[in-house]
Amino acid sequence: MSILVFAENTDGNFKKSTLEAVAYAAEVAKNTSTTCVAVSIGNVDDTKAEELSKYGADKIVNVKNDKLATFIAEPFAKILANISSQENASIIVVSNTYSGKSIAPKVAAKLKAGIVSGVISYPDTTNGFKVRRTVFSGKAFADVDITTPIKVLAITPNTFTTLENNKTVNLVSTDSGLNDADFNTTSIEVTRVTGKIVLTEAEVVISGGRGLKGPENWHLVEHLAEALNAATACSKPVSDMDWRSHSEHVGQTGITIKPNLYFAIGISGAIQHLAGVSSSKVIVVINKDPEAPFFKAADYGIVGDAFEVMPKIIEAAKKLKAQHA
Amino acid sequence: MKILVCISNVPDTTTKITFTDNNTKFNTAGVQFIINPYDELALARALELTEKQGGTVTVVNVGLADSDPSIRKALAIGATDAIRINAEPIDAYFVAEQIASYAKNENFDLILTGRESIDYNSGQVCGLLAEMLGIPSVNAINSLEIENGIATMMRDIDGGREKLSAKLPLVASALQELAEARIPNMRGIMSARTKPLTIVEAAGIEKNSATIGFELPAAKGSCKMIAPENAEQLIELLHNEAKVI
Ligand SMILES: Cc1cc2nc3c(=O)[nH]c(=O)nc-3n(C[C@H](O)[C@H](O)[C@H](O)COP(=O)(O)OP(=O)(O)OC[C@H]3O[C@@H](n4cnc5c(N)ncnc54)[C@H](O)[C@@H]3O)c2cc1C
Ligand SMILES: Nc1ncnc2c1ncn2[C@@H]1O[C@H](COP(=O)(O)O)[C@@H](O)[C@H]1O
Repeated sequence: MSILVFAENTDGNFKKSTLEAVAYAAEVAKNTSTTCVAVSIGNVDDTKAEELSKYGADKIVNVKNDKLATFIAEPFAKILANISSQENASIIVVSNTYSGKSIAPKVAAKLKAGIVSGVISYPDTTNGFKVRRTVFSGKAFADVDITTPIKVLAITPNTFTTLENNKTVNLVSTDSGLNDADFNTTSIEVTRVTGKIVLTEAEVVISGGRGLKGPENWHLVEHLAEALNAATACSKPVSDMDWRSHSEHVGQTGITIKPNLYFAIGISGAIQHLAGVSSSKVIVVINKDPEAPFFKAADYGIVGDAFEVMPKIIEAAKKLKAQHA
Repeated sequence: MKILVCISNVPDTTTKITFTDNNTKFNTAGVQFIINPYDELALARALELTEKQGGTVTVVNVGLADSDPSIRKALAIGATDAIRINAEPIDAYFVAEQIASYAKNENFDLILTGRESIDYNSGQVCGLLAEMLGIPSVNAINSLEIENGIATMMRDIDGGREKLSAKLPLVASALQELAEARIPNMRGIMSARTKPLTIVEAAGIEKNSATIGFELPAAKGSCKMIAPENAEQLIELLHNEAKVI
């Protein structure tokens, strides 16, 4: 038996969410007295892949193939399912990123495995196999019992720590064993956001709402984001009015995020907005209306005009950055 | 072109979530149900495609009779016909298996789902269904064009976007920008009454998970207020007290 984990890479590097998934799988393996097998797919150097042993992988399977250098759901799912069978995996862990979300259900269907996504707890195996997940877009949690022999868990990024857990390196490098028929979608072009922190991966997010009056005032969001190494986000009306791109829209019908710090400027805190951000560890709200519902969900608040308070905050953030440079 | 759109019946986005029966059941008292917002976008795009290229749009829901108003709304918006698979939706795997067992003999060219249902949020039906039908899937698409049996799509990926193509048949899941949701007009509402809504008995499928209970997030403690004159103190508090920057 083993616990398998998908070690997703971007351009040959592992993301924080990947390391969290490996550490999670290692912890589950430890608690169930089995081993943790990490599977990397694409074009990752063996020396790079070996790093996964630092996060608790007992064995690393490095599948190398130029055609798999960028993520493609179908062949990736096939490889993961094949290796899961070879390794006799009882649990398959992925991070619930866009890639993880596209691969997890495929692996589950291939292995006839029960699947839970948005997992925020370690499994409780005292009586069955229970995990906790978020439901109703973050408005509640549900405890789910999975009854199939094989289970797929898609864990929420920024929920588990990346404990270092040094294991001796045990790496197997293989080819994918796929043929052309396994590539049934064709990538035409990939555009990556460059020079900016990716919203879904950010630890700090600065977000603006209709209270900022217009796109010309977004320097207040961007300058603070720059000083705090943060990603930027916005409320739905802001992207509906094309002040900002839809890829920044957070909430029930946008992106759900869980950063360490969510900083809301001129956002009222409508229930649909809160649904996407309320799991953030710390929430700061800046709003000129003391009755704004967002204050009920906040840890720190300032009742004031954003145009007056933000310059002071940006100034202080720049000073802090300079001190730690 | 023959398109299937999977719609789930979900609580309105403004719903305050509460539970009954010792936190084991969602409390539907007074809750307004709607078509899952992403599924409305999938439906709108399906209609745009068939209006241009000809074809039919079938909507399918796995649910009990309480889904019927949402299904009728989908018909009023413009779907050709509707199928309700008569079963309580247990989890995404169960829903996908039910839809797969119906769709496997129907030869749909394209199946659309939403990115996720706003109640269960699993985001899995698209991938599960595709795998069960043995066809490819692409999740989180923001655009979809079809020409000569090839779908060209823009999808969100981690940290960017990807343009990709795939041969039909295909399952894809709708994201925010795929289309503008449509509002039913009077004619649509009238004609929906006579459009077929077929109720199909559920396939015998074993469930592989069970929700044991729910919990609401702990209420936040009180919010620490900082006077606007001293706004700069916020940074110090976030650094030294909350330790998040
Ligand atoms: C089906 C559905 C789905 C939805 N999904 C989402 C979603 O995913 N995400 C989302 O965000 N919304 C969503 N909404 C919309 C949501 O209901 C709210 O309308 C929206 O979040 C409000 O955005 P806002 O806070 O930016 O604007 P407003 O509600 O207009 O709030 C602006 C705030 O700025 C404050 N303000 C004004 N001037 C200043 C100033 N000078 N300084 C400081 N503060 C100031 C005001 O006091 C006010 O609180 C959805 C709605 C529906 C019906
Ligand atoms: N009960 C259901 N009946 C029909 N389609 C559904 C049902 N539940 C979910 N779906 C579809 O699957 C998508 C993803 O749902 P989920 O995997 O539950 O997040 C939804 O947007 C719908 O398109």
